[in-house]
Amino acid sequence: MTLSPADWNALWLTLRLASVSTLVLLVLGTPLAWWLARTRHWLKGPVAALVALPLVLPPSVLGFYLLISLGPNGPIGQLTQGLGIGLLPFTFAGLVVGSVLYSLPFVVQPIQNAFQAVGDRPLDAAATLRAGPWDRFWTVAVPLAKPGFISATVLGFAHTVGEFGVVLMIGGNIPDETRVASVQIYDHVEALAYDQAHALAAVLVVFSFAALATLYTLQRRNTHLNWGRS
Amino acid sequence: MSDALQLRFQHRYPGFELDVDLSLPGKGITAIFGPSGCGKTTLLQCIAGLERAQLGQLTVADQRWQDDNQFLPTHRRPLGYVFQESSLFEHLNVAGNLDYAAKRADAGKAALSRSAIIELLGLDTLLRRRTFELSGGERQRVAIARALLVNPSLLLMDEPLASLDNPRRAEILPYLETLHDELACPILYVSHAADEVARLADHLVVMDAGRVHSSGPLTELLSRADDPLRLGDQSGVVVETRLAERSDDWGLMRLENGALSLWVGDNGKALDDRIRVRILARDVSLSLSEATDSSILNRLPARIIQLADSGNASVTVQLDIGHQTLLARLTRRSVAELSLQPGQTVWAQIKSTALLR
Amino acid sequence: MSLYRFIVLLPLLFAQPLWAATVTAAVAANFTRPMQALADRFEAETGHQLRLSFGSSGQLFAQIQNGAPFDVFLSADQAKPEALIDAGDALADSRFTYAVGALALWSATPNRIQDGEALLRRGDFNRLAIANPRLAPYGAAAMDVLGRLGLNEPLADHIVQGQNIAQTHQFVATGNADLGLVALSQIIEAGQIASGSAWIIPSDYYHPIRQDAVLLSRAQDNTAALALLAFLRSDTSQALIETYGYHIEVPQ
Repeated sequence: MTLSPADWNALWLTLRLASVSTLVLLVLGTPLAWWLARTRHWLKGPVAALVALPLVLPPSVLGFYLLISLGPNGPIGQLTQGLGIGLLPFTFAGLVVGSVLYSLPFVVQPIQNAFQAVGDRPLDAAATLRAGPWDRFWTVAVPLAKPGFISATVLGFAHTVGEFGVVLMIGGNIPDETRVASVQIYDHVEALAYDQAHALAAVLVVFSFAALATLYTLQRRNTHLNWGRS
Repeated sequence: MSDALQLRFQHRYPGFELDVDLSLPGKGITAIFGPSGCGKTTLLQCIAGLERAQLGQLTVADQRWQDDNQFLPTHRRPLGYVFQESSLFEHLNVAGNLDYAAKRADAGKAALSRSAIIELLGLDTLLRRRTFELSGGERQRVAIARALLVNPSLLLMDEPLASLDNPRRAEILPYLETLHDELACPILYVSHAADEVARLADHLVVMDAGRVHSSGPLTELLSRADDPLRLGDQSGVVVETRLAERSDDWGLMRLENGALSLWVGDNGKALDDRIRVRILARDVSLSLSEATDSSILNRLPARIIQLADSGNASVTVQLDIGHQTLLARLTRRSVAELSLQPGQTVWAQIKSTALLR
Repeated sequence: MSLYRFIVLLPLLFAQPLWAATVTAAVAANFTRPMQALADRFEAETGHQLRLSFGSSGQLFAQIQNGAPFDVFLSADQAKPEALIDAGDALADSRFTYAVGALALWSATPNRIQDGEALLRRGDFNRLAIANPRLAPYGAAAMDVLGRLGLNEPLADHIVQGQNIAQTHQFVATGNADLGLVALSQIIEAGQIASGSAWIIPSDYYHPIRQDAVLLSRAQDNTAALALLAFLRSDTSQALIETYGYHIEVPQ
């Protein structure tokens, strides 16, 4: 039960995709989570629902709509073509777009909850200590929301590693570009190469377990701290 | 520097309306006193810019912080703020919390150095501690030190002792007194505890249902017979006295302010030290002649200024002792039996005196 | 009413004749539309009840191996029925080719394909979608076509793979791939190319895509299952299958 070079390539591609997607998710998700945590705007409900949509939609639905909207006749496809980027389906960048949408709730929600738990008081206190809005955000809100950021990073990363339906729909199964580990496993199963499927699946199971176990251990430690505080 | 704070705020939200117009002294402690829900905290938040009043004008030491055309955001207002409950940053230790303020302090010469502030609030041994390892009193001392470290032109304190039990309050009050003596900037001190106010404040604003009920020097407001603070049983005057002489034989010292002269237990202060005392109205009784056969030590001739009905079959009598005002609370029956009238001269007998500081 | 009369009358409570039975067929997804049309006729003609499960041949195969309650398996290839026979899960003498897939070069744009072979050689298109050759017989056939034209290397960068022939069709239908090698059965309706433009690949360009049916061992005594296999071989059924874009080669 050893991994073939193609399997290793798929794993390496998966790690690259998950890393880039997580980075993009943190960059986009943090301001979105901040806005959702603090706003009283009427759009908060609809936007929150939109962010949560990938939780309930089958990935194939998301993938299908992505395929249409990123395609040459879709609105995003026309935009990317207009900008000279070309079309996104069947490219690594396209997978990043898909993964970001698909994993968005897993990143936004923990950060949003953490920001909400921080509350107004520490931020007000920082304001009375001459800290401007930007200063307050980086020196008070973000450090206090650290557990949320850890959860968001681990969940966003792990969820992208486990992503299948969206990649399948917009990937095109191109080696080193869009053929990630989950698709490779699917191929093995479909081709009745169960041994290879087992080997690759085992790697993913072990990785996912390790990531989640680390997360929950960290969270437990944080809970202890909170008890100490009260 | 007098009346260096000019403020006017109108702020309305469902079920509550704040409407205040005040001139306050630019030095010393001004207590904002009133029952819960009277708008004290809202007023403080409006001054800090944490709450944006619908109408607001605020001038501090000739600087406009807010009017119809401008609104200085909180972080641009040179103030310090101590919240009711500790607002320490939990991700930083004590030193980190202090540094956070020091790094962002207003330029210009600091009224107190960092080391002076740490010493003033007794924080030397706490600097390495995590915030959640501190007691409630320690946390508030750190919060006060942190507020001072930004070198504020105005210090706002929102019931800093309200979340503490009595021993912890007693632990912090001396620090606040020292602050009063050391700090040049004015302090607005929100409280609903009469003893704190009597002990700390120089000036007093009494609020009720979002409006200013009365405002004036503490001693003046506490001398009024109509009990503007509604202290009832706890009403009484506060007098600033000087330690005039001491009697080592009896363990007593004599405090005076003009014609008012009081023998009290010696507390070890030096001659000529200023000592603030509080004399509750219920601890003062009157007699038509000097009762030389009484155990009461302090008997002073006084003139009745006015009598005010204070409910529950009692009457508050306002007395003048050589331009120093004193209140006495008597039963209506005693007033009738002695036929007390304004202008009448009587003897005031003072049963006990609380030394505040 | 006596017990005797009750027992005699009992069969009348059921709508179907006594000999009617139920057959469950696992059918490769590419054969969905013709199978639905055939199912109606089968039930009407025989009175048996037919239940259909559609899926990818690979998934259906794995399910059968793990005890799925199917009686008949209509695969998209020959390898899987063969493997089931070898494993003793299916009966060797029941196996036959019920349809032969045909491959077409298709574009969603009308008139895009005038001379398909020349178009492939020119290479002036963004993507060519094919089914995963490792998994789908139509994908293997597509590779045959490219090999025969000597375009394997030149077009390598243009190729995107659908996991199955349905996804391949989707890539082309949504315009994400200009061209695709799809199943003729996917784009034909009433004997005509339903939309876009196409070139039907000559059948000698690729190995025949034989789709075999087989009776599964658990159903060897199921009269409905046997009836279904016989029905599929019939002339009328084969003629119907042909109109859906398949070739037929059942020896009559």
